[in-house]
Amino acid sequence: MKILYSWLKDYVDIDCKPLELVDKLFGAGFEVEETIYLGQDIEKVVVGEVTSIEKYEGTHLYICHVDCGEFGADNLILTGADNVFKGAKVPAAVVGAKLPGGIEIAPRKMAGMMSYGMLCSGEELGVNDDWIKGADVHGILILPDSAKVGEDIKKTLDLDDYVFDISITANRPDCQSVLGIAREVAAFLGKPLKEPDYCFTRTEVTKPEISVTVDALDLCPRYLGDYIYEVKHFESPQWMKRRLSVCGFSAIDAIVDVTNYVLLEIGQPMHAYDLDTLDGKSILVRRANDGETIITLDEKERKLTRDNLLICDKVKGVGLAGIMGGLNSEIEVKTSEILLEAAKFRRDNVRKTSRALGLHTDAAARFEKGVDEYGVECGMKRALNLVEKLGIAKIGNSSFDVTAGEDKGEAKFDVTVTKINSVLGIDVPQSDIVRILKALQFGVEENGEMLSVTVPRWRTDVENYQDIAEEVIREYGYDHVVPRFLDSAKVTNGGLSFLQNKELSAKKYLCSQGFYEVRTLAMYSERELDMILLPKDAPERTAIRLLNPITDNLSIMRTVMSPCMINVIADNIKTDHSAGRFFEIANVYLPKSLPLTEQPEERKTLCIGVYGADESFFTLKETIEGFAATNGLTFRFERGECSYLHPGICADVICEGRKIGQLGKLRYEIVNELNIAEGKKSDLNIFLAELDYSVLESLYKREMKFTADNGKVKAKRDISLICDKKTLCVEIEDVIKAASEKAVDVKLIDSFESEKLGLGKKSLTFTITYAGAEDITDEIADSETENAANALNDKLGAVRRV
Amino acid sequence: MKDFSDIKSQVKQVLEEVKDGVQLSDFWQKYLGKTGVISGLMKEMKSVPPEEKPTFGKAVNEVRVWAQELYNSKQSEIKEFELKKRYEREAVDVTMPALKRAPANLHPITLITQQMISVFAGMGFEVLEYPEIEDDDHNFTRLNVLKDHPSRDMQDTFWLTEDLLLRTHTSPGQIRTMDAEKPPIKVLVPGKVFRSDSDATHSPMFMQMEGLVVDKGITLCDLQGMLDRFVQQMFGSGTKTRLRPSYFPFTEPSVEVDVSCFECGGKGCSLCKGTGWIEVLGGGVVNKKVLENCNIDPEVYSGLAFGIGVERITMLKYGIPNMGMFFANDLDFLKQFKA
Repeated sequence: MKILYSWLKDYVDIDCKPLELVDKLFGAGFEVEETIYLGQDIEKVVVGEVTSIEKYEGTHLYICHVDCGEFGADNLILTGADNVFKGAKVPAAVVGAKLPGGIEIAPRKMAGMMSYGMLCSGEELGVNDDWIKGADVHGILILPDSAKVGEDIKKTLDLDDYVFDISITANRPDCQSVLGIAREVAAFLGKPLKEPDYCFTRTEVTKPEISVTVDALDLCPRYLGDYIYEVKHFESPQWMKRRLSVCGFSAIDAIVDVTNYVLLEIGQPMHAYDLDTLDGKSILVRRANDGETIITLDEKERKLTRDNLLICDKVKGVGLAGIMGGLNSEIEVKTSEILLEAAKFRRDNVRKTSRALGLHTDAAARFEKGVDEYGVECGMKRALNLVEKLGIAKIGNSSFDVTAGEDKGEAKFDVTVTKINSVLGIDVPQSDIVRILKALQFGVEENGEMLSVTVPRWRTDVENYQDIAEEVIREYGYDHVVPRFLDSAKVTNGGLSFLQNKELSAKKYLCSQGFYEVRTLAMYSERELDMILLPKDAPERTAIRLLNPITDNLSIMRTVMSPCMINVIADNIKTDHSAGRFFEIANVYLPKSLPLTEQPEERKTLCIGVYGADESFFTLKETIEGFAATNGLTFRFERGECSYLHPGICADVICEGRKIGQLGKLRYEIVNELNIAEGKKSDLNIFLAELDYSVLESLYKREMKFTADNGKVKAKRDISLICDKKTLCVEIEDVIKAASEKAVDVKLIDSFESEKLGLGKKSLTFTITYAGAEDITDEIADSETENAANALNDKLGAVRRV
Repeated sequence: MKDFSDIKSQVKQVLEEVKDGVQLSDFWQKYLGKTGVISGLMKEMKSVPPEEKPTFGKAVNEVRVWAQELYNSKQSEIKEFELKKRYEREAVDVTMPALKRAPANLHPITLITQQMISVFAGMGFEVLEYPEIEDDDHNFTRLNVLKDHPSRDMQDTFWLTEDLLLRTHTSPGQIRTMDAEKPPIKVLVPGKVFRSDSDATHSPMFMQMEGLVVDKGITLCDLQGMLDRFVQQMFGSGTKTRLRPSYFPFTEPSVEVDVSCFECGGKGCSLCKGTGWIEVLGGGVVNKKVLENCNIDPEVYSGLAFGIGVERITMLKYGIPNMGMFFANDLDFLKQFKA
């Protein structure tokens, strides 16, 4: 919110420098996001009087002699503007002057003649017509005759001033105005606040036809209307136009300017309706009908619903409550009677309407944060005061006040000094507490250490001792807080839980294997699901949709991690990394049903992705087996199927009988669709694994026990087999283990294919380790191996090679 | 008396020419072995007169001992030589790369998260994790962010239904903790949060860490005292904090916490934009309404709460200029954070 420094000074005698004020505001909780010096970059620009002017023949230039007082009584300055005349007072930038935009004035030759300075336009000095009459003309700014020759133009044009752009926190709607900030400034400077003038006189004239009705008191708890007549139309005084202009309003017409001025000064948005345009001279505040329309002042038709609050006359809508007036009741030059409106509209309703219609106005911004009924009253009084003072109109004796009776006046409660200090942890003396509260215009009655506090009507945010404590420390100063290290708190047990520690070790294991941890967004789009060729009826298609995504690319919550990993890999290929290993442990979001009725399952998932010439299915499998091993688990791998993985290079990962995920090679048709250069696609080796980490968490072993070796003799036997090429290693292991309960370990140690073995055959060699409750003698080992060989022959047609 | 000088000089000469283990073993067979020249001398004993036999035998033995010693010294000389040869042969270019793959590292956000956790764990904070998809009640209403209040606009929310949303902060963890545990409470809630915002310093998803302490006699002074310890461990022992007023619906008073700039020590630099201070987190005294919403008696207990943006701390600590880098996952970026 923009606040003009000189405007603040109307209400408080500020005795510190503007930049000190910025620091003090900051300390009181009002961050000044930007401090703008209006005379920024303007130096040595002074009032000059043109003592003579003649055309420079053969050019478009004029030769001026300019009296700049102490900056030279006769400066020769050439100008191209043709609105300059002898005796004109003009802004003259003399040699050595500076202008906004980095312009520095030096003597320079123009069309063969030296010019010693420059005459300035309004635009070059950053001022417009609202600031000073004539600033918008094409040409040089002609100053009033009263301007003093030689005076710094910043003084002449009131540019020696500051604008503070202050951010107001959501709990302080009362500070959305010059007056609101002035109250704070007065409090921390310890100065009295000079209230604006609220006085005015009513005539005896009434307008009995006017009626004001509020049908929707829930959305409009207070509505004030006042009748003014014999409205004159003229331009507002320069000081008012300047203030409006600095704060971003264009001056329009005195009465309209007054409504905007009050919005800035008091923080109360106002509206003026041309009474002639109100059918039945009546105002009705009601909810709009579904489909009802209104054309707002910006000449756009707005389609409304029951959720929008409409100001109506007897037959039609004339204004969008709290947001913008209707075009049909706009103030025009012929307007002679006006109904002035000051109201409180419910903040969330204004916010909803403003958002739904995409219509953001200064009035709406104030209503959205909240206005208080005290401000509504002050706003109307101040507007009428200005109407009278500026001679805009006469104030009739028909005034309206419709209220839901919500405002209970000043809130009062008791609080002890001890309670206040118990929040802060320091002992702020009672006298300081009382002084601070009084400076903030709280009423305080002391009864021992009990304070009966009366809250100013505009401070709707203050309800209890904690709020009072904040007021106190804000003014007393946070530098009084004495850091203390939880002296009164009980000792507690801290740190990571078992599973949090496991997860961290799991990540560290993967790092040790060369996998970088990545972080991907939890949202993506249906395109990601299409990318991995999920069938239409795949459960992963049941994804939670965001009602208000910022982009279509991030419109659903992910149900599967692999697309994110594929994107990470594709991005790294694009940046010319020839190989990479990545992992992420994060959630996928699985709704129990759609539309969502309860919090969905957030399933922690481990996703691993690798690519590069050295990678293969087995490099990834090695990592996953190692991952299982470091966690005391055993994974079993079976041939699997997955929409995005190579049909021949895809395994299901099974742990304790449950499928927990899969790994395999990314399908080529997906690789082909990746957004990377064609040349990089040909020999891409991308492997992915996705495991349900939450199941692993449930299987982690919390206890470990040492098992002593039973001291019995073990034995090892190698067995070589010729079997069908399609026979899986795991099938042979299973048969061996089924055939011999003493076979505690079966490990493939060699495999090869050769024509000599026969078509479609391969040779596999396993080492079997036998152990048991008894010593394994050679006889036992041999006969167990024999049994295994027979079983392999029976079940898989595998023949033992001798 | 035979002095075997011819044999001795022969032995000496032959041994001198021995260059390796094979030749040495040939030498041994030829001179010192059972059928060797020196053993052969004993056969001459037969032709030696009996009275000279002892002397002869002794002399032959002396030759044997002499030759054996010579042999031993040659043997160790050759062993040493061959070992040296082997070492030379086996020498490698130690500057050649060792591992095919260097170990990787955690994501910088995880590194900083863990670093922060370990600081607070040392103060007795338990680490709890809660759902990322929340309801209005936990994310807003019970945190005193009421339905019609403009403070709802402080956080641009991603909505899933009228009631369910992507949590906009980790503060719902305060409610969930206080529903489940009674004071004394000291918890840390790290986690992903989501806001409808995206630019150089904002990402629609980022990481926050909530802290909550509820016990008897907790005040604003404890907040600053505790955060002083935290920032000193994160940013260096000379780091100071500064509190300044702010507003969060769930704390009262609410503060923004700045740390003295760890780059310039408070003198003013580009990192702190010349102010000497860097905003790092927000916090305050737990609003009594929040305690009441969780059935904790504010007349008995009070609390402090704070929320830290992990990306922000990470950007500050590691000098990362753009939020987007955390989610781009480029190897050139990821590889830099070896801890």
